[in-house]
Amino acid sequence: MIQNNPIGRLIAHIILIIGILIVAFPIYYTFVASTQSLQEIMHPPLSLLPGSHFWENYSAALFGGVGRIGGVGVDRLLLNTVIMALAIAVGKIVISILSAYAIVFFRFPGRMVFFWLIFITLMLPVEVRILPTYKVMVDLGLIDTYTGLTLPLMASATATLLFRQFFMTIPGELVEAARVDGAGPWRFFKDILLPLSKTNIAALFVILFIYGWTQYLWPLLMTNRNDMTTIVIGLRKMISFADADTEWHLVMVTCILAIVPPILVVVLMQRWFVRGLVETEK
Amino acid sequence: MASVELTNVRKVYGTSVEAVKGVDIAIEDGALCVLVGPSGCGKSTLLRMIAGLESITDGTVKIGNSVVNNLGPAERDIAMVFQNYALYPHMKVYDNMAYGLRNRGMPKDQIDKRVKDAAQILELTHLLERRPKELSGGQRQRVAMGRAIVRSPKVFLFDEPLSNLDAKLRGQMRVEIKNLQRQLGVTSVYVTHDQLEAMTLADTLVVMNAGSVEQIGAPLDIYEKPASTFVASFIGAPPMNLVHVTADSTGLVLKDGTRIGAEGLAVPAAGAVIGFRPEDLEVAAGSETHIGGLLLELKVLGVEPVGAESYVYGIVGGERVVVRVAGRSISETGDNLRVIIPKEKLHLFGADGKRIPPAG
Repeated sequence: MIQNNPIGRLIAHIILIIGILIVAFPIYYTFVASTQSLQEIMHPPLSLLPGSHFWENYSAALFGGVGRIGGVGVDRLLLNTVIMALAIAVGKIVISILSAYAIVFFRFPGRMVFFWLIFITLMLPVEVRILPTYKVMVDLGLIDTYTGLTLPLMASATATLLFRQFFMTIPGELVEAARVDGAGPWRFFKDILLPLSKTNIAALFVILFIYGWTQYLWPLLMTNRNDMTTIVIGLRKMISFADADTEWHLVMVTCILAIVPPILVVVLMQRWFVRGLVETEK
Repeated sequence: MASVELTNVRKVYGTSVEAVKGVDIAIEDGALCVLVGPSGCGKSTLLRMIAGLESITDGTVKIGNSVVNNLGPAERDIAMVFQNYALYPHMKVYDNMAYGLRNRGMPKDQIDKRVKDAAQILELTHLLERRPKELSGGQRQRVAMGRAIVRSPKVFLFDEPLSNLDAKLRGQMRVEIKNLQRQLGVTSVYVTHDQLEAMTLADTLVVMNAGSVEQIGAPLDIYEKPASTFVASFIGAPPMNLVHVTADSTGLVLKDGTRIGAEGLAVPAAGAVIGFRPEDLEVAAGSETHIGGLLLELKVLGVEPVGAESYVYGIVGGERVVVRVAGRSISETGDNLRVIIPKEKLHLFGADGKRIPPAG
């Protein structure tokens, strides 16, 4: 199905360009708005070229403290969100790679029971178990803490299953060769399994980082203090129902700042990410 | 270096599946013992029990003077070469060979010396910095051997190490393995299903079938005096021809009722199986009076000329036989071919498949 006639290519390119425009234009427009003053934004039509208030707006948002979110700067929100996304991604990977390791390579009583228990949690996303989880967090006094923000989101059936599938493709002879070579369970994990899994880990890291970054419902419940909230929640809080109250130029800045880190993660890890999805290194 | 001794070794999976049924094998220090048999005969299981990768249900495995039943694979001082080489894909050749030594806590300079020495022997020196992915099948095989050599173990274990190579390379590696084993003088156990590999490599050949040892001996002894019809049909290519006969008052009768001429054969009343190698016969001229063995007339089903010789496939008494004749075959499909097998070349097996030694 690979055609090479010029008209087909032209049409394909036009469709792709339109697609890119549809996706990219709003982001560009947001960026443009983030460089205008509030007055300029409030008086349409908005210019299609960036304005002259770039530094002013960005430093105001980042370090000035934004009134509508209790005077906390966006830098603090960014920090919170980075911590949360990193903790969720790293925590999920650590927990799931260890549990997959146990399930695939060890024979212990109740092994299949544990596997199915993990599998069943796939049917219980955060939203379903949100009230009991919230109650537990309140009882443990974890409201407005990083622990409370990240811990309930760490257990991950998806990542466990993914690692399990990958581990099952590792030939039994490799495990036995390691045993003959005198590698105990820990050595085998550290010297053989981890290096072989690194592309999978990279791919999962990207996916999970973005998952953590875009969390909305859970941080909304778990945080009361303005300085513990995440950027997505902060963004929501900055928008007032009354248009006049909303500092739109700062909202636009926050939008751009919220988009940049996930893009950075994807771009920087793209090579690993793609390899992890398409190729198994064997 | 050490001898290996298996005493009544059994392996039972679950409660009832008996994969290895009481095997006794003694391998001398420095000998190469080949376990051969069809797939599922328990030869690999036996090897893995020697390696410590499989638990031993019953019996004892001795390496040197110590029983190793309860030792882990790393403590048995063995090295194993796997069928798929089982190289660590993310490590360079050097690290693949050094890994086991590092796990033992050997000093770095010593590891380096051993790896370099092994690489020298196997002509791998220029490949030490490569990864397994960048090697050919034969080179990977060498690395797997190198990984075994650097450990200078008491016993080498080979689990069908050549079955992933193409025919030409296999022949080459076979010779290399043999030479290497001689050179190092390490007791080795080698598992294969290829009887040619088994014949050429073995000091001691162990033919296994359905979890039991059928015969142990030097390869040529086994070839010349197979202990059972199974061994007879397994060792040798093409395999030994087996023809079922019964005796009545006037002579020998084949399965389909054909009478055949025979001299000097004592066939028990219960019937027997006569075996003969495809090469151990002469094409009959026509009107012999004194046969001096067995005279068979076979209907030719097909002829395979392979150059220096031809294989003639035929049917006699309802059973298929194959005959090897030098050069081009004079027979063609549909012909009748009369062959004489001299008495001393005949093998006689009882109805139970066990060899009946010739009288006198």
